[in-house]
Amino acid sequence: MKIGVFICHCGENIGKTVDCARVAKAASWLPGVVCSIDYKYMCSDPGQNLIKQAIKDHNLDGVVVGSCSPHMHEKTFRKAVSDAGINPFLCEIANLREQVSWVHDDVEIATDKAIDLVRIAVEKVKRNFALQTIKVPITKRALVIGGGVAGIQASLDIANAGYEVILVEKQPSIGGHMSQLSETFPTLDCSQCILTPRMVEVYQNPNIKLLTYSEVEKVEGFIGNFKVTIRKKARYVDDTKCSGCGLCIQSCPVKKKALSEFDENLTFRTAIYVPFPQAVPNIPVIDTSVCTYFVKKRESGKVACQLCMKKCDRGAINFDQQDELLVENVGAIVVATGYKLYSISEKPADSPIKGYGEYGYGKYKDVIDGLQFERIASASGPTAGEIKRPSDGKTPKKIVFIQCVGSRDEAKGFTYCSKICCMYTAKHAMLYKHKVHDGEAYVFYMDIRAGGKMYEEFVRRAIEEDGVKYIRGRVSRIYPKNGKYIVKGEDTIAGVPVEIDADMVVLATAMIAQDDAPKLAQTIGIPYDNYGFFNEVHPKLRPVESSTGGIFLAGACNSPRDIPESVAMASAAASKTLVLFGSDMLEREPTIAIVNENICAGCFYCKKVCPYNAIEIKQIVDRNGNVVKEVANVNAGLCQGCGTCNATCPSKAVELLGYTDEQIYAEISALM
Amino acid sequence: MEMNKDNFEPKIVAFVCNWCTYTGADLAGTSRMKYKPNVRMIKLPCTGRIDPLFILKAFERGADGVLVSGCHPGDCHYNAGNFHARRRWIMFRKLLDFLGIDDSRIHFSWVSASEGKKFVDVVNGFTDKVKTRGPFTRFKKLNEEFIING
Repeated sequence: MKIGVFICHCGENIGKTVDCARVAKAASWLPGVVCSIDYKYMCSDPGQNLIKQAIKDHNLDGVVVGSCSPHMHEKTFRKAVSDAGINPFLCEIANLREQVSWVHDDVEIATDKAIDLVRIAVEKVKRNFALQTIKVPITKRALVIGGGVAGIQASLDIANAGYEVILVEKQPSIGGHMSQLSETFPTLDCSQCILTPRMVEVYQNPNIKLLTYSEVEKVEGFIGNFKVTIRKKARYVDDTKCSGCGLCIQSCPVKKKALSEFDENLTFRTAIYVPFPQAVPNIPVIDTSVCTYFVKKRESGKVACQLCMKKCDRGAINFDQQDELLVENVGAIVVATGYKLYSISEKPADSPIKGYGEYGYGKYKDVIDGLQFERIASASGPTAGEIKRPSDGKTPKKIVFIQCVGSRDEAKGFTYCSKICCMYTAKHAMLYKHKVHDGEAYVFYMDIRAGGKMYEEFVRRAIEEDGVKYIRGRVSRIYPKNGKYIVKGEDTIAGVPVEIDADMVVLATAMIAQDDAPKLAQTIGIPYDNYGFFNEVHPKLRPVESSTGGIFLAGACNSPRDIPESVAMASAAASKTLVLFGSDMLEREPTIAIVNENICAGCFYCKKVCPYNAIEIKQIVDRNGNVVKEVANVNAGLCQGCGTCNATCPSKAVELLGYTDEQIYAEISALM
Repeated sequence: MEMNKDNFEPKIVAFVCNWCTYTGADLAGTSRMKYKPNVRMIKLPCTGRIDPLFILKAFERGADGVLVSGCHPGDCHYNAGNFHARRRWIMFRKLLDFLGIDDSRIHFSWVSASEGKKFVDVVNGFTDKVKTRGPFTRFKKLNEEFIING
């Protein structure tokens, strides 16, 4: 075999710490290496031409590039060698940047390590063989998980491009957190006024199949060919018969048992309910935990109440409805499951979060969180938009807003910045001042982070035009006294302690991942970070792609995001989906398992360990049609190339192409 | 100069998965974190691909320590490969004792793609640990005998 070695300086990135000329020289002495060159930028056009020229000049049939991580430029170099006429899988990368020059300082040591890595790659490439990419058809339908503003945007974009979309939402209605908001910064336009038309658009779009009150249970398959199982939870209301008249809701006698999730527990809702009047679809659900019929049936087996059923003249109420499991085939998945607000006072038993016991959230009725304030300020909220205290309904004359509750706080919450709180607190204070002219608004802050178009101007407006008082410092304690809440804090600019007798306190609590985010991530097979936010492949260049092909991310499920960013991400995720749908066939890496039928003893341990059910039983028949033996056979469409079968096989009859035992043992042997 | 524990630089082979630990190591690089240069990494698609014999081979070829690292349990890119690796490791550990390999020379860890810092800590910590154990010579002798006697 004739191997060429090409060492890239990556400008100074590698060249500064690794003596590239010495690496190239050392490589040239390795058996099988016929040419070894170092060059300033191997990934540039002249660099790639250098490789192509060398392949022609020396008749190379193997290439090793010592450069950045294969995750960066493996594709580039494989394409280059393929342009020069050799199989792309005869090219291997030695990672001399991320694993050597960027992590070590000593030139001598770094160069030695670089030589080792090149030697490993050379030994591997000697045992590589030509592989052909696998082509699989693409199912041109998309699944969008989460019906908040991001999910809505992604669904509409994909559907408007002419492809079918299945939009799955856990709650009874789409709309997400945005539908709960009063007004949005920095324009102060009414959140529902801009969102509800889009919700209706989703409902009316013939390309969108809307599944509310549903959850994704299982995802199988791979990019272009996912098979998704969706649980459509029983609403106990037949959506084909219901007209959304609301008579059932009016008739429900359970008035004070269930707190309204939509109103952030500030009001009650009935047992049969729609979350809010503009809900899409406008079809109620029955909460079986409080519904008299279900409660009595569980307790004594007797039939009770059924008032809603009696009222409904369309016969839509069906107490016997069961969960349905739907199976859908899709080619791409957009995950847009959003966030939740961290709003705990006491530390729950199983939570790593310590909580802010001293702020009294959950203990003092007038200490509320940001979303609760949104509901109070919203025209559709429990107070019809008038600012009133939850405890006694009086108009608060003094409100204290506290930022960074749980964010930027390693001791009690999360290290990260929740990003939107500076802006929404300014908005809250502003809305309050607009509604209660003689009221006083105080904001305790750590820094003001108002990066964004018209954001800084917005905060300045709150301070300068609306007279919101900003105090830099933290609050140590809140306690009630004579119907007021004494807020003790520090003004770190003036260097004095501050005490405010507030009527109400609003905590800008951190945006955190949904409780079931890790579980969902495991169900669909995407990585997530320590906080439970889903990871993107590359923070800068591939911000909306998960590392699993065909699964894209949008909105706050990835990290704290505001509305414009969520919408932008959603459109980006939709466009990635459309790029995928742009071709009929998908090219897949051919690094899959194959079976040597002569050795295979038919124990099928491989079949037991395969996560994809890609191993099938194949019968070997003689010329008379008698079954001679049964052997394993790999379904190339299903195999993802993890190699677990290879490691498990007692007779080594299964081999993972690209990572065969021979290749790996050669790498190990080349180490020393 | 005679090799002793003070000037001994251990050779460590790391078997890592492509999706989590290799990417985590890339992140350590991108973040310009510095760590000890003793580790040579072999990239596999998944820890599920690791045959325990790879580890023995590495010791036979003169490694003083072997690091195995992949995605956290439940986060495997291939759903379950790391569970198989973990189960295999439990069985393999018993065999190690029989073979006379101190199991502290093998380190099994989970490093995700976002844990560049953890990768650095694992490499540094393990390198120091292997350093205190000194060179692994048991198999080297076997290897030499094998070469001499054919």
